[in-house]
Amino acid sequence: MRSRAAPEGPARQGALSALTAAPAKTTAPPLNTYRAGPDEAGHFGIFGGRFVAETLMPLVLDVERAYTRAKQDPAFHAELKHYLTHYVGRPSPLYFAERLTRHFGGAKIYFKRDELNHTGAHKINNCMGQILLARLMGKTRIIAETGAGQHGVATATVCALFNMPCTVYMGEVDITRQQPNVFRMKLLGAEVKPVTSGSRTLKDAMNDALRDWVTNVSDTYYIIGTVAGPHPFPAMVRDFQSVIGEELRDQILDAEARLPDTLVACIGGGSNAMGLFHPFLDDPDIEMHGVEAAGHGVETGEHAASLTGGRPGVLHGNRTYLLQDDDGQILEAHSISAGLDYPGIGPEHSWLHEIGRVKYVSATDKEALEAFQLCSRMEGIIPALEPAHALAHVAKIAPGLPKDHILVMNLCGRGDKDIFTVADALGVTL
Amino acid sequence: MTAGAPAREAARPDDAESRFTRRFAALRAEGRGGLVTFVTAGDPDPETSFELLRRLPAAGADLIELGVAFTDPMADGPAIQAANLRALKSGATLAKTLDMVRRFRAEDDATPVILMGYFNPVYSYGVERFLSDALAAGVDGLIVVDLPPEEDAELCLPALEAGMGFIRLATPTTDDARLPTVLSNTNGFVYYVSIIGITGTDSAADADIAAAVARLRRHTDLPIAVGFGIKTPEQAAAVAEVADAAVVGSAIVDRIAKNLDAADKARSGLVDDVLSLVSALAGGVRSARSDS
Repeated sequence: MRSRAAPEGPARQGALSALTAAPAKTTAPPLNTYRAGPDEAGHFGIFGGRFVAETLMPLVLDVERAYTRAKQDPAFHAELKHYLTHYVGRPSPLYFAERLTRHFGGAKIYFKRDELNHTGAHKINNCMGQILLARLMGKTRIIAETGAGQHGVATATVCALFNMPCTVYMGEVDITRQQPNVFRMKLLGAEVKPVTSGSRTLKDAMNDALRDWVTNVSDTYYIIGTVAGPHPFPAMVRDFQSVIGEELRDQILDAEARLPDTLVACIGGGSNAMGLFHPFLDDPDIEMHGVEAAGHGVETGEHAASLTGGRPGVLHGNRTYLLQDDDGQILEAHSISAGLDYPGIGPEHSWLHEIGRVKYVSATDKEALEAFQLCSRMEGIIPALEPAHALAHVAKIAPGLPKDHILVMNLCGRGDKDIFTVADALGVTL
Repeated sequence: MTAGAPAREAARPDDAESRFTRRFAALRAEGRGGLVTFVTAGDPDPETSFELLRRLPAAGADLIELGVAFTDPMADGPAIQAANLRALKSGATLAKTLDMVRRFRAEDDATPVILMGYFNPVYSYGVERFLSDALAAGVDGLIVVDLPPEEDAELCLPALEAGMGFIRLATPTTDDARLPTVLSNTNGFVYYVSIIGITGTDSAADADIAAAVARLRRHTDLPIAVGFGIKTPEQAAAVAEVADAAVVGSAIVDRIAKNLDAADKARSGLVDDVLSLVSALAGGVRSARSDS
């Protein structure tokens, strides 16, 4: 048994991460800030909340208490910082994408390189924070849901690191299209449970993870992979992902001696986007664009664009925009990207959408595929299909922006996992 | 059972004269616990489902829980998940479920009917319109799995205000410190979820149920129904010894599933076979003396 107790000594100055920059106590949001939410009941405007079964409610309140304590504990931040630096490989670079900038002929394009994190995506930022919290709470078993498999791999990774048993719920459809990640999780010692109910994708994986949690409340911690679920998960996952935006602030000041003009990120549940946006929400001159998956086109009904094509509803512990029919039945989402294939979105995004602070747009499967290939050829970076949606949007707006306009896109995952899907879409047999 | 009594439009009974009060008083007078049966409205098709519903009281159901179909029943096990999907496939909606209750009420004005499900279909329907339509249809109470006391403002308080019952789930994880919160803003009865888990899986030990019911009685005077994991007449009898009612869901839904063909269509005899199970469960409950 390996011991992974807090490392000696790293409780030094500067070890405090983005978390301490967030308000420690969530009371009535003061005016002139977009960063004070949620309120004590977990609401961002009308969104968020704690819509879970009574069996889970005491545990959800425990998680909230434990997280509130951890947030104020320098030793927790020091331990997290230690692992983010030496295990995850943070800070991730900020890279000036020179060839793409020339190609589009407009805005200066930077990539925040979160695909260079250990395990190949931003997901591990959150997993590292939550597993440290689970350990503080004395939990001995970890469960997670996964769509593309990136969150599952990140969870399996931190479970291997801390020697905790790990069960990952994954829809059968996603298992088929993300075989490399399924094998990765197994190599890391996780049990991957195929989910055969409903649409057999991410939403159903989340249902089954919640069913597991309801059944195993005493010893199990559920590492939710995105900024959704019952309070405090949306705020907590956002806080753990905010390291992306906090690093960017320093990096862009070093590179350009000023803040960016536009931030762009893809959105499934929306954790990489919240992590990029949140530290900048109160910088009024910075525009933010969240890119949802339009699948075959929002007009076809086969898409995953909850804000563009949905309306408010209650699912998976929170009120948020959902794809649903007239009777409130949840619709199946569609996207070529398994990581965006979810009929909901984090509640804070729903709020930012309604108040207009962030602009939400969409990109189709086809546009994402084109951007995927463009990025591979022009920058030597094979992006995941998820950020390929963000790049597809960049391709639309960059040419029309002035050359001194600074645009930062979160390149939140690498594309190795997607090569089979892309080959298939391009009619190539591997 | 009262036959032919007209449905009472927009009845707003205060607790003293609600169907719950009358039914539990009658059970006490008989010196026995009650049987609460669960079926999903519209499973496996609208007409079979209605036929089952209308004949449940004669087969021995004292209270009826009618499941409102939802695509994502997060607290339910495989049996009720499948029932939800069958109902949706055959066109179930919240509006049609209310219609079923209205038709039922035209024949039966005594058996309490509780709608059980998840919040989104109600939220989508509109809380105010839902409460008014559900009361008019003759619904007595609501159990909404994903509305804990923390979200009372959503539906619980408006329901109580409108004269609709709101039944709370108490669980083994609801400790003594939390019980008063769970037992506030509620009426009708308390539904004790006897296991930590989802529907239709494990069964609790009789001794654990007795201890849990005794704990609840220290906190409330409301009748206590116990559910989750009760599958046989013997289990129902054991629960009825200590609680005011036993709830059976997945076992009944499983029996429906056993009477379907490969295309999930009802075989002839489905209703009779399911009702024979309900009669057996009712026999179990009636054989037990309630201690209350």
